[in-house]
Amino acid sequence: MSQQLLLKDIDEPGLSTLAVYERRGGYSALRKALKMSPADVLAQLEASALRGRGGAGFQMGKKVSFLPRGPIEKYLVCNADESEPGTFKDRELLQKTPHMLIEGIIIAAHAGEIERSFIYIRGEYEWQADILATAIAEARAAGYLGENILGSGHSLSLVLHRGAGAYICGEETGLLDSLEGKRGNPRLKPPFPANQGLYQGPTLINNVETLATVPAIMAMGGEQYAKLGVETSTGTKLVSVSGHVQRPGNYEIELGIPSREIIYELAGGPPPGHAVKCWFPGGSSAPVLTAADLDVPYDFESMAKAGSMLGSGAIIVVDDSTPILDVAMKVARFYRHESCGKCTPCREGTNWTVKMLQRIDSGEATPMDLDIMASVQEHIIGNCLCVLGDAMAMPIGSIIAKFREELEAHMEAARERGGAGEHAASQLALAAQGARDA
Amino acid sequence: MSGWDTQADLGKEAATIPDPATTQVPQELREQIEASMALYPDRHSAAIPALHAAQELHGWCSPQALEQVACVMRVTPASLEAVATFYDMLETEPPPPGAPQRGRHAVYVCTNISCSLHGADALYDAMREAVTGDPGFIVRAFECLGACDIAPMASVDGVYVGPLDRDDIPQLLDDARAGREILPAKQLARRLVADPQANSQAFPEHDAQPPRPLAGRQAMAAEQPGGARPAGRGGAR
Repeated sequence: MSQQLLLKDIDEPGLSTLAVYERRGGYSALRKALKMSPADVLAQLEASALRGRGGAGFQMGKKVSFLPRGPIEKYLVCNADESEPGTFKDRELLQKTPHMLIEGIIIAAHAGEIERSFIYIRGEYEWQADILATAIAEARAAGYLGENILGSGHSLSLVLHRGAGAYICGEETGLLDSLEGKRGNPRLKPPFPANQGLYQGPTLINNVETLATVPAIMAMGGEQYAKLGVETSTGTKLVSVSGHVQRPGNYEIELGIPSREIIYELAGGPPPGHAVKCWFPGGSSAPVLTAADLDVPYDFESMAKAGSMLGSGAIIVVDDSTPILDVAMKVARFYRHESCGKCTPCREGTNWTVKMLQRIDSGEATPMDLDIMASVQEHIIGNCLCVLGDAMAMPIGSIIAKFREELEAHMEAARERGGAGEHAASQLALAAQGARDA
Repeated sequence: MSGWDTQADLGKEAATIPDPATTQVPQELREQIEASMALYPDRHSAAIPALHAAQELHGWCSPQALEQVACVMRVTPASLEAVATFYDMLETEPPPPGAPQRGRHAVYVCTNISCSLHGADALYDAMREAVTGDPGFIVRAFECLGACDIAPMASVDGVYVGPLDRDDIPQLLDDARAGREILPAKQLARRLVADPQANSQAFPEHDAQPPRPLAGRQAMAAEQPGGARPAGRGGAR
């Protein structure tokens, strides 16, 4: 079985306190890093080839290297706004081993020569935020944060910022606007945060899991870490498995193992008598895969090749007891609710998709509606400031492509149930409306 | 609040930054907001923490609450209204008639995909039905709360509980009303990580091979031996 870096000791009582964390070797990686120059620490991060664990999978070392060097006002922001449906890995780390995250932040800040850092935690994680606040206070009192950390000459402030419930604030530029005290609307990129981020200063933004992995990399060395996993996806990854599995929860795996192993051996597979119908490999914004894809290795490249994405590492399993329309409806409704409304394709596209799905259920739809719906998805992808619209378009597009027969059957059944009468009435109403508009 | 669904009153003059000489701000609130502003290089960053504080005091982001925050932060009430209406956890509607102004219990039932695969929609309906006529509760269907491992789940005044079924609802509401721990046996805080590999060496008492589905879940939800549990912020709102 794979090596445990993040979940090692995770259930040890009191691990969230400084005393227990230090007894388990905590903050020794920081001491090691502080004896090295920022460039050497950065070299370790780059050697590890650690890819961001938030969803985009961009190499963390590269991101740090994009920051301008020297004594400019730079910021580090930890994205703890975990809200991708199906994802709960960061929550596990935040509530059980907050010092691992704090240690990672301090090391990453050292590598990027950053003196101000923030953790943006979603407002719903109240209990986790309380634990984190206590841990930050402990770290500060112990001299790990503040001026001249452990006599090294490096300083770092860390502010915990609680959000107030908005999925879009997990998008990095939306998060920055929210942290500046505005509505969490995404910004146009470029400029990327590494050049102009928080308060227009160069900013390093990383996910909780990414930063929490940094101490392990420092402890074992970047090259050693890169030996874990596969070439393009190094290391271990937390995977949140939920939905129709017998043992839902967080599992730490080495990247590149077969997906089947995660879903069946670790999470226990669907309940007895049921089979996997479809599964989201990386949160609800990932295109769905089917039972035929269960042997695809679980890593960034293989998932992309299979037509989906690893995303945040959240596997949602749907078994054969659930109509695919219900799944599509849940996904579309969610993104409609969370669209910030700034870009037209996303604001209107999510709304229209929900309405068209409702028509399927009420028996008003025709098979042509599926083509229209698929074309709406295509028009959203790549046409907005951020990827929230894409995050609906990708799973909905894949559901239409892979489950077209079932959707058509659903549509037909609904029409036979008597929806046809309503359908005719609504067609008349539409025609009348068209006449008025013309 | 005017916005998408209701029209703004265009006849009214836009409110300016409130005058400190004529705006009464409770001392405690002022201190909280000033402490928040001091944390950031730019004081505007304190908008969300400040609105949270005002909401705790006033029960919701009322026009008066916005005015007080605006006065301390030296911004217009409109800029704060823009923020308040964006975030789900900031209440921009007044409590219903007869409801206590402060300290209503917030019950967020997650109805996103993983919870809904486990019957969350029916749970939400049952929860709403159970609080009918009790204005002391705010019950909301909420987007993924990040606890799909205990689906279907709810957050009660910030305390995560699950997996829930309909039979848990009366106890859950009674616990909230009485200010007790909410369903202690079902709290997320008591759950061990599911990965049997983690700690199978260090903690032999942790069942390395969780048995069948239901029994496995109960075993994992069982009280953690000697586990310290920091107090939640129960009833903070």
